[in-house]
Amino acid sequence: MTTDKVDPGPDDAGRFGDFGGRFMPEALMAALDELTAAWQEAMADDAFTGEFHRMLHEYAGVPSALYDATKLSEHAGARILLKREDLNHTGAHKIRNVLGQALLTKRMGKTRMIAETGAGQHGVATATAAAYLGLECTVYMGEVDTERQALNVARMQLLGAEVIPVSSGSRTLKDAINEAIRDWVASVDHTAYCFGTAAGPHPFPAMVRDFCRGIGDEARAQCLELTGALPDAIAACVGGGSNAIGLFTAFLDDPDVAIYGFEAGGDGVETERHAATIWAGEVGVLHGARTYVLQDEDGQTVESHSISAGLDYPGVGPQHAHLAQTGRATYLPITDSAAMEALALLARTEGIIPAIESAHAIAGALDLAKERHGQTLLVNLSGRGDKDMGTAIDWFGLGQADADGTPEPASDEQIAEGAK
Amino acid sequence: MTTGKAFATTRAEGRAALVGYLPAGFPDVPGAIEALEVMVDCGCDVIEIGLPYSDPVMDGPTIQAAAQRALEGGVRTTDVLRTVEAVAATGTPTVVMTYWNPVERYGVERFATDLANAGGAGLITPDLTPDSAEEWIAAADARDLDKVFLVAPSSTDQRLRYTAEACRGFIYATAVMGVTGARASTSELAGPLVARTRAVTDLPIGVGLGVSNGDQAAEVASYADAVIVGSAFVRPLLDADDRASGLKALATLTEDLAAGVRRG
Repeated sequence: MTTDKVDPGPDDAGRFGDFGGRFMPEALMAALDELTAAWQEAMADDAFTGEFHRMLHEYAGVPSALYDATKLSEHAGARILLKREDLNHTGAHKIRNVLGQALLTKRMGKTRMIAETGAGQHGVATATAAAYLGLECTVYMGEVDTERQALNVARMQLLGAEVIPVSSGSRTLKDAINEAIRDWVASVDHTAYCFGTAAGPHPFPAMVRDFCRGIGDEARAQCLELTGALPDAIAACVGGGSNAIGLFTAFLDDPDVAIYGFEAGGDGVETERHAATIWAGEVGVLHGARTYVLQDEDGQTVESHSISAGLDYPGVGPQHAHLAQTGRATYLPITDSAAMEALALLARTEGIIPAIESAHAIAGALDLAKERHGQTLLVNLSGRGDKDMGTAIDWFGLGQADADGTPEPASDEQIAEGAK
Repeated sequence: MTTGKAFATTRAEGRAALVGYLPAGFPDVPGAIEALEVMVDCGCDVIEIGLPYSDPVMDGPTIQAAAQRALEGGVRTTDVLRTVEAVAATGTPTVVMTYWNPVERYGVERFATDLANAGGAGLITPDLTPDSAEEWIAAADARDLDKVFLVAPSSTDQRLRYTAEACRGFIYATAVMGVTGARASTSELAGPLVARTRAVTDLPIGVGLGVSNGDQAAEVASYADAVIVGSAFVRPLLDADDRASGLKALATLTEDLAAGVRRG
């Protein structure tokens, strides 16, 4: 084993090799520079990092447990360890990112946060952090998503946030990001943009990574303590990629640890209905960074599809693009049906209902177990599945009082409906 | 043909230039060409053709709606170049306003070549600053194309100088902190921004974002070298019951704005 440290990037221009950078209107350049400086100063200030860790510990329930999933392991044929981010406050790893950005917002003297959200998880997390730290909060959400995720709209409203439905473009996550950027151009003097994933212009990919990297730092130490060794492989789902980069960062200098990211394969990467950006996309510029993008011949962004709203994004964080290009990490697609099967299996074997996003990582680990028999696989269980019960009811035909509870394969109609 | 030619004329006449924007393919490709020809005939000194893009983060609802309609109508990058060719043939300097990804996808060298061959004057790049523009700057310089980058009220003096040094043709000063769209009053941020930009460059300075009538144009023309109008030109075409009345309203508006830049 070598002990050479690999510089994880980015460089001063925010680039990870060929990826990343800052493709943004000049109007936001001063704000991005200001944010970069404030973030770097904050990370070097023990008062800031101490307060961040205090909030994570006392308020968000971090560090999350590393759970030895013996029954799932027995089924899989490999030892599967689950990093239980689903047990964090608000139900996912996202609380780490938003607490970091909200604390930084306060430190910068700004009074308002805006955010984009797809399914509503990042919106709820941002609204939570804003309520906790006394900031105003506006969340942009595609009109299509506000309709299919009304419960999360209600949660955000109860937390005091204003939710603005976005009716432009495809009326989903990417359009919510566009609208949030438009707001930010006009409000940047008093408003911070709390970006939801490790994508976008510099410094967001690096900043979001650093706020989420506790996932991997904790898991690495927990794994050593539990097993006496590092895992053979680690796995996470990848949409924009914040939970994945949060896990991967601690292991980048461990060359014997294989790294896997599982993208949303939707109906299958051979169809046009998927969100496997690294697997099937091509290099382009979207939302401020050079990365892999699902796009047509003319560079117009193509709509992505996944049963999991949190993975339903036609771009991906630039560091993931870089890790894929250099071969340090491997990115593979997982179909909707494989993810739903893994969701049901984890529920039955371990009594844990994962978020559908995280179920992609479980499904990927089950595939890995076939070729890595007896090895240790560490999987980030990035979120819990309460929010996905509507989808599960439709997919498995659940919810009838006389049902015997055995999950049945979804009909073609359900698959079409669920993948919308 | 570069925009320098238009600015030589307007400077000689002691007035500001009127720069008019429409997205290509709106309401359809021939319809946009026809509308742009009306704008040329009625007094635009420079034409700015928008390349419709799926994720236009600097545009307000009016231009978004027009671009979306153009994309739904199937407009392609090659159609944009075809539109440039038709408008440039009138002798009016014609630039393309585009978000970056479509150019990168088409191929920066190939786009620059085809734009130059179509008679286009250059590019305005709302989400590409000189920091990330090395490839475009090289391609433009090799073909004598204008590079129009944006400056904003939030730009530091250092960034104003840096951006101005990378520009050729003119500098696009965004008069408000916000997206495109007609506004009732022009911004008080525009004047100071133009003054700060003047301090670092001799290039003409165009002011855009918000101008919708002749009086506003006259006010902006009193301190800027060009008045850039976008959403206001799109609006009559979006609102009109039929194409003929849309073009008539467009002609009236262009004449009002052209008179405005001559009063300024």
